[in-house]
Amino acid sequence: MSEATVADTRRLNSKPQDLTDAYGPPSNFLEIDVYDPQTIGVGRNRFTTYEVRMRTNLPIFKLKESVVRRRYSDFEWLKNELERDSKIVVPPLPGKALKRQLPFRGDEGIFEESFIEERRAGLEQFINRIAGHPLAQNERCLHMFLQDESIDRNYIPGKVRQ
Amino acid sequence: MSFFGFGQTAEIDIVLNDAETRKKVEHKTEDGKKDKYFLFYDGETVSGKVNVTLKTPGKRLEHYGIKIEFVGQIELYYDRGNHHEFVSLVKDLARPGELSQSQTFDFEFTHVEKPYESYTGQNVKLRYFLRATISRRLNDISKEMDIVVQTLCTYPEINSSIKMEVGIEDCLHIEFEYNKSKYHLRDVIVGKIYFLLVRIKIKHMEIDIIKRETTGTGPSVYHENDTIAKYEIMDGAPVRGESIPIRLFLAGYEMTPTMRDINKKFSVRYYLNLVLIDEEERRYFKQQEITLWRKGDIVRRSMSQQATIAAQRYEGSNPEPTSAQAKEETD
Repeated sequence: MSEATVADTRRLNSKPQDLTDAYGPPSNFLEIDVYDPQTIGVGRNRFTTYEVRMRTNLPIFKLKESVVRRRYSDFEWLKNELERDSKIVVPPLPGKALKRQLPFRGDEGIFEESFIEERRAGLEQFINRIAGHPLAQNERCLHMFLQDESIDRNYIPGKVRQ
Repeated sequence: MSFFGFGQTAEIDIVLNDAETRKKVEHKTEDGKKDKYFLFYDGETVSGKVNVTLKTPGKRLEHYGIKIEFVGQIELYYDRGNHHEFVSLVKDLARPGELSQSQTFDFEFTHVEKPYESYTGQNVKLRYFLRATISRRLNDISKEMDIVVQTLCTYPEINSSIKMEVGIEDCLHIEFEYNKSKYHLRDVIVGKIYFLLVRIKIKHMEIDIIKRETTGTGPSVYHENDTIAKYEIMDGAPVRGESIPIRLFLAGYEMTPTMRDINKKFSVRYYLNLVLIDEEERRYFKQQEITLWRKGDIVRRSMSQQATIAAQRYEGSNPEPTSAQAKEETD
């Protein structure tokens, strides 16, 4: 048996790629925007909601496009549900800003424009991180948060089937 | 040690007979430094001379015997006191008596079995050495000379490729292939990653070589992992149907052959770790063991000859440029 002293470094055979796959839309399209903060209510009962818009082609999501309105406490609810039910390390939410809710501040507190913008960006990063996680994608709480009109806090936790 | 200048002491020097011709190799010491040592293979004879030089001329050296040993031992760092000797040969050089002048003794250990390769690791050391000892009443005089042993193999008869489909259901399916399961230390890993389903946003992909040193047995097994190499093979997001080639040259990395359960004391194994990283820095990986072996230095073809062989392979393939290169039929 002749021993080759020069290693064969040629590429392995591979199937040519189907052109539809090569140039078609990718299967991993998922975009979630958190924007348009609106402060609702008067006086001490005010709160801010954000529009959460999702566009995707992932088959696990029932709707390929959805728009809902959510407030900070809704995000907190989602974080808690995921921490309890899913196996993932849930990313952090932007701060609760309790200090900003105290009276006698010089500024608008939690309705300060710069604060709302900071919070909006943090919430957007949070939801995108979770929705793209393979181990959190099938949680019912996430689907309800993103695609149902309102969150039913008495829902039955569980997984969504593909 | 001599008491207040009384008594005689001596210096020992061990010299091999083939010191001029025998090859030396670099070997890492425990503290990370590199030194050169004589290289021996299994079955080779170890022969030489022991030079005993008396320090104080004129004075006699009384002793209880002079001997030389050839030792192969395994030392576990957490258990320094116990040396596990797997080779232990002795030759007596002189019976108890006295030396009146410096003297040279010949020795030969014929066709010594050296079953394992020399290894200096994180938690264990396997070494071979000659030790000449002059036994005395209070304290012995001894000198050690380390040698390095390498174990050689020839091309394995069976060397199947590694091909597997792995993934996370409904999220990521890939098929990876490596051209062999056994690679020699200067070999090239040729492979490919084929994407069957990509529902996550991949940022890049790399292949790592991990060395795992295992010491201890039963409940006290300890694994020490060390990433020898990290090599990025893809930057960007792949889609279904894409094939990413792998070509990783092993000669650039400091590795040893795979060592399995050496004298039931330790193992050194190597793994290829394929790692995909997504946009959120999540890591998806698949580890696969490969066997490394040491090829003997046979007659090397000249550089131009090697270049010609390589060129023929590439030119001989399909003249039509296609996305997949056809492999030439081997002669």
